[in-house]
Amino acid sequence: MTGLKTKSLRNNEMMNDAFNFKILAEMNFAPAERAEQAAARELAETYSFGKQAAAEMVFVNGHFEAELSTLDSLPGMGGVRVMSLEEAIAKDDVLIRKHLGKYARIAEHPFAAINTGGGGGVVVHVGRGAACKRPIHLMFLTVAPHSPSEAVAASFPRVLVVAEENSECSVVETYAGSGEDAGGEYLTNAITEMVLGPSARMDHNKLQQEGMGAYHVAVQQVNLEAKSLFVSHSTSLGSKLARNDLQVFLGGEEAEATLNGLVIAKDEQHIDNHTLLHHEKGHCTSHELYKHVLDGKATAVFKGKIFVQKDAQKTDSKQTSKSLLLTDTACMNAQPSLEIYADDVKCTHGSTTGPVDENAVFYLVSRGLSLAQARHLMTYAFAADITRRIRVAPVRTRIEDFMAAQHGLPQDLRITDEARHDVALL
Amino acid sequence: MGLLEISNLCARVKEGKDILKGVDLVIEEGEVHAIMGKNGSGKSTLCQVLAGREVYEVTQGQVIFNGKDLLKMSPEERAREGMFLGFQYPVEIPGVSTSYFLKAAVNETRKHHGLKELSAVEFLKLIHEKMAMFGMDKSFMNRAINEGFSGGEKKRNEVFQMAVINPLLGLLDETDSGLDIDALKTVAAGVNKIHRSDSKKAILLVTHYQRLLNYIVPDKVHVMIDGRIIKSGGKELALVLEERGYDWVENEVAAK
Repeated sequence: MTGLKTKSLRNNEMMNDAFNFKILAEMNFAPAERAEQAAARELAETYSFGKQAAAEMVFVNGHFEAELSTLDSLPGMGGVRVMSLEEAIAKDDVLIRKHLGKYARIAEHPFAAINTGGGGGVVVHVGRGAACKRPIHLMFLTVAPHSPSEAVAASFPRVLVVAEENSECSVVETYAGSGEDAGGEYLTNAITEMVLGPSARMDHNKLQQEGMGAYHVAVQQVNLEAKSLFVSHSTSLGSKLARNDLQVFLGGEEAEATLNGLVIAKDEQHIDNHTLLHHEKGHCTSHELYKHVLDGKATAVFKGKIFVQKDAQKTDSKQTSKSLLLTDTACMNAQPSLEIYADDVKCTHGSTTGPVDENAVFYLVSRGLSLAQARHLMTYAFAADITRRIRVAPVRTRIEDFMAAQHGLPQDLRITDEARHDVALL
Repeated sequence: MGLLEISNLCARVKEGKDILKGVDLVIEEGEVHAIMGKNGSGKSTLCQVLAGREVYEVTQGQVIFNGKDLLKMSPEERAREGMFLGFQYPVEIPGVSTSYFLKAAVNETRKHHGLKELSAVEFLKLIHEKMAMFGMDKSFMNRAINEGFSGGEKKRNEVFQMAVINPLLGLLDETDSGLDIDALKTVAAGVNKIHRSDSKKAILLVTHYQRLLNYIVPDKVHVMIDGRIIKSGGKELALVLEERGYDWVENEVAAK
């Protein structure tokens, strides 16, 4: 069976282990030009949640498209503001001064350093006690990317979400390119900073469905204050090369973080997920489950770290990575790790990687299903562990449609059971 | 004509040891057969080989099912041709609902026979009828396949699936184990109902216990020892085995 390659993990430092990203260092990038309007509109409509979103902010090739965005339903929500970064900066909003750039550790991350140069961005402010249960949908799309020079077209999305004390919200970031199989080369380099005040609750989804020629590099930084609750679902379906750095700082007592991830990759895609759960205070809980389905010659990396500071007594943390390899040529590199300085904690981690369960496949074909159907069902079932926990229906639907299309099956299949979506998480 | 004609069937674990060492068995249309025998005698292997499990390889012999060469068919073709294996250890598949899976199974078989696929409404009608037959709760169809089921529920689910798929030949591998007496009666009644629904349908039961045969009465009982059927008789043979054990058969055969 496929062995565990450790080549990419020989060194621990963030950039050293990402040898795959050296190719990016040798490239020249320039901001993408604004897209042609009809094409931009078409792509935005494809990925829109329509009325299921509380608000939609659409960026195409890094440019804010006010006409494609809908903020109509916001005024009635009370206490929730969504605005472009430009607008926030122009108004010299207090949020900007207080929060922007305070969390993403720019010096430690070369890509974050490139991003701070400006470009499209969003600021979401959820006021004290405000509740916005429908998702605020932030779309970062790329259409037929061109840059003025020989350089590869790039966009640099920036997101700042500030959720004040005892507020509740749902935020979705969608990253997509025109035509999943269109091979146009471009770079998306995104930074998201999220701040949750005391007892704030946030459900965050990231759906990465870039074009197959894309490089996607993203840093997400989350700061949690006491008793806040953060749920993250990060789904990676597209791009040639992707790296997500998700860092959560549990900086107040009884904060809780759930990080769920799903990677579905094929051909020669390479998807990296690096997560950090940094427990700074006591009585905090974190759960992490990342699942990978790898086909063809795809490679994925899961590097998860749980860091428990001396003061973080009574930490309860669990980290799991599970991977399904559909071919002998797919490769999974998993490195869960714990670093604990407190002496009264409950921390576990684990990782499994394996092929499809042939027992189960035989069970299905012995009832008349074709081998392809059976393997698809098994893949679906494996991913359902994650998809059924996703609370935003349009995100779930997108992932299910994507999987069905991968196997040439009709998109009306809904195998996962609606009733079982885990509502206990928030 | 026999619905299933097995002659001199020999099989082994791939590149491993021989398990079936020349099985001969003919099941006529409409018959119920029972195979009994000690653990490790090859009963379950016979079922798995008939269903097309790839971990086994057939080294010798022939199997004709409903006039066709069974051993040339893939597992899914065997199923679509009307063979059903009720597993001794049904597999749990979290994340896939039973209704989705069964609809796919039923429609693949229909397509194979040139029939129109069932619509969602037609399928639901079929399912509700069969669920009533087994006294099953409606929530069952939305549950993932066998996930979190007790041993008894899994076995009942196997026979329920058989009722929905409606095969010509049901191979039931220790379907009685793990069932309490009430569940056993329900399951047996279901099997009998499926069997009687068509004069062609046949059942092959693999069991350790005579008890099941009080409820599903066999036409023939076979004793399997060391990869061969060494004794066959009527339903009374099961009672003798219950009383005297398998050693009696072995001694009797050895004496010949």
